[in-house]
Amino acid sequence: MQHESPLRDPLILGDRTYHEITTDIAKPIEGKANKYWYLVFTISVAAFIWGFSCLAYTIGTGIGQWGANKTVGWAWDITNFVWWIGIGHAGTLISAVLLLFRQKWRMAINRSAEAMTIFAVMCAAVFVTMHTGRPWLDYWLFPHANQFGSLWVNFNSPLTWDVFAVSTYFTVSLVFWYLGLIPDFGAIRDRFKVQGKPMQEKIYKILSFGWSGRARDWSRFEEVSLVLAGLSTPLVFSVHSIVSMDFATSVVPGWHTTIFPPYFVAGAIFSGFAMVSTLLLIMRKVLSLEHYITIQHIEMMNIIITLTGSMVGVAYLSELFISWYSGVEYEGYAFMNRATGPYWWSYWGMMTCNVISPQLFWFKKIRTSLIATMVLSIVVNIGMWFERFVIIVTSLHRDYLPSSWTMYHPTWVEIGIFTGTIGMFFTFFLLFARTFPVIALSELKTILKSSGEQYKRERAEKSPSPVTETTSH
Amino acid sequence: MIAGKKTIHGIYDDEERLMEGAQLFQASHIKVKEVFSPFPVHGLDVVLGLPRTRIAICAFIYGVTGTSLAILMTWYMMVSDWPTDIGGKPSFWYYMNWPAFIPVTFELTVFCAAHGMAITFLLRSWLLPGVTPKNPDPRTTDDKFLMLLEVKAEDESKIVNMLRQTGATEVNVI
Repeated sequence: MQHESPLRDPLILGDRTYHEITTDIAKPIEGKANKYWYLVFTISVAAFIWGFSCLAYTIGTGIGQWGANKTVGWAWDITNFVWWIGIGHAGTLISAVLLLFRQKWRMAINRSAEAMTIFAVMCAAVFVTMHTGRPWLDYWLFPHANQFGSLWVNFNSPLTWDVFAVSTYFTVSLVFWYLGLIPDFGAIRDRFKVQGKPMQEKIYKILSFGWSGRARDWSRFEEVSLVLAGLSTPLVFSVHSIVSMDFATSVVPGWHTTIFPPYFVAGAIFSGFAMVSTLLLIMRKVLSLEHYITIQHIEMMNIIITLTGSMVGVAYLSELFISWYSGVEYEGYAFMNRATGPYWWSYWGMMTCNVISPQLFWFKKIRTSLIATMVLSIVVNIGMWFERFVIIVTSLHRDYLPSSWTMYHPTWVEIGIFTGTIGMFFTFFLLFARTFPVIALSELKTILKSSGEQYKRERAEKSPSPVTETTSH
Repeated sequence: MIAGKKTIHGIYDDEERLMEGAQLFQASHIKVKEVFSPFPVHGLDVVLGLPRTRIAICAFIYGVTGTSLAILMTWYMMVSDWPTDIGGKPSFWYYMNWPAFIPVTFELTVFCAAHGMAITFLLRSWLLPGVTPKNPDPRTTDDKFLMLLEVKAEDESKIVNMLRQTGATEVNVI
């Protein structure tokens, strides 16, 4: 068994036993939803349906229904694509990167963060498949034998890299998430077996793939998790780097920057953690998971938000500096236009939300306050949406040729599609929270003895001085 | 079941007791047939004498396959079948713009390694939708650790005692 320094605060509060962990996490699946769940679910489904009606309208009439025009060819669609895919990055970061760094606190939040990744990438996929204008021809994005004079996709293009990156990212994240779920579905299945509910038992038996928890299954399972984490770590960094190259390899002032890959990755993790915070603050309350998702977990996430937020801030400022220092007139104008042009509000919104607001987390009082975290996490997500809007629309709307300068305004159809993806995201997340084990319970049980409150207390009583803590069994 | 053999289920409450039990059986050269646990118990596979899983080696092989496929694909499509000069960047030989093919090569490597390994794991452990779980007691996915032994009928009382002695809370002879 692993031992943990007594200086570290316990990760599982409330003197839990193995059985109580199972009971607590199975409770939302076995119980009935309250009226707030139904209320939020109804609103989400309504938004989902509305959004998909707008989508159907777009498919029926064409993307002329959108506000994008000849100058601003990428606008709302790509802004939302990048926003959603960025949000997805926190899930992989938590489950893969924090696994490699042996951060045990990830175990309470990785499951729901990965679910968030999957749903966010699905939302991103809506925009990226629709923005081509003729989504029924989207299979052209993949290399396939064809009769267009054997014309293949262009592997020199970051847009093609993106097709490979996003589809690999989605499928690998899905597999990583599902493999982790198998033992937990097994636990739920066996609970229904004990309770004598054959229907539910049957459903979870199928979902659990017949998991039985043999020693050799566990040893393979752990190896697979570790290797998948090792594969997902470079994958997650590659995905947003490639997304940033969609911009960086072009010759548009404000886009043609080598800083883009690390800047986009930091921004993605930043916004993803903010979304995880928003969701988990609600979830821990509604599903009574305060013993597992503790203030310490929230503080850790806020520290990562501060770190990545500061990286984003440094990126903004160096971009600004280089636009002046390079002496390139076009580059200088692009940034001047961002700050003082007709879209100044989005630039200053971005600066305030992303650079200034996360710095408040330097105060321990603020980063351990639930209300402050909730407010700031939403502020960060708004800021990150503005960031993508600034990069895309403000850089494009005044290009090299002043005669084609124009403005971009979203239409009700585009706003509807965006609302629809938010509805879809919450619909799926709410269904997930009611039917899936929202915390990786089998993983959590492995840290109960090293990080559970009562075990830590017992050890502290045995050896009061942290210096004498032994590492033997 | 083989005639003259008995199946014994020793149920433990605590993974440390289980480890002690497994170590005792190892020392006494009695084979523990299987252990069902709600979470991975570290070091147990060594005590049970399970060979180290080679699934990571499979992942490496799948990864190399992915890399090769990606190189073959980009070479065939961009160089061999229909070479084009895109934006002054000709691709008449693979080396001319192989750096541009790195992202796709990387993604396909990860794709093949991850999915190949996941499929291998599911098949090797026979985890598929509809498979009937093999754990004999539903509590083993909750908080109990079950040790399954198949012993000769005459050894039964000895094994039961050993299980009891190492802290098994429940022993069932089937």
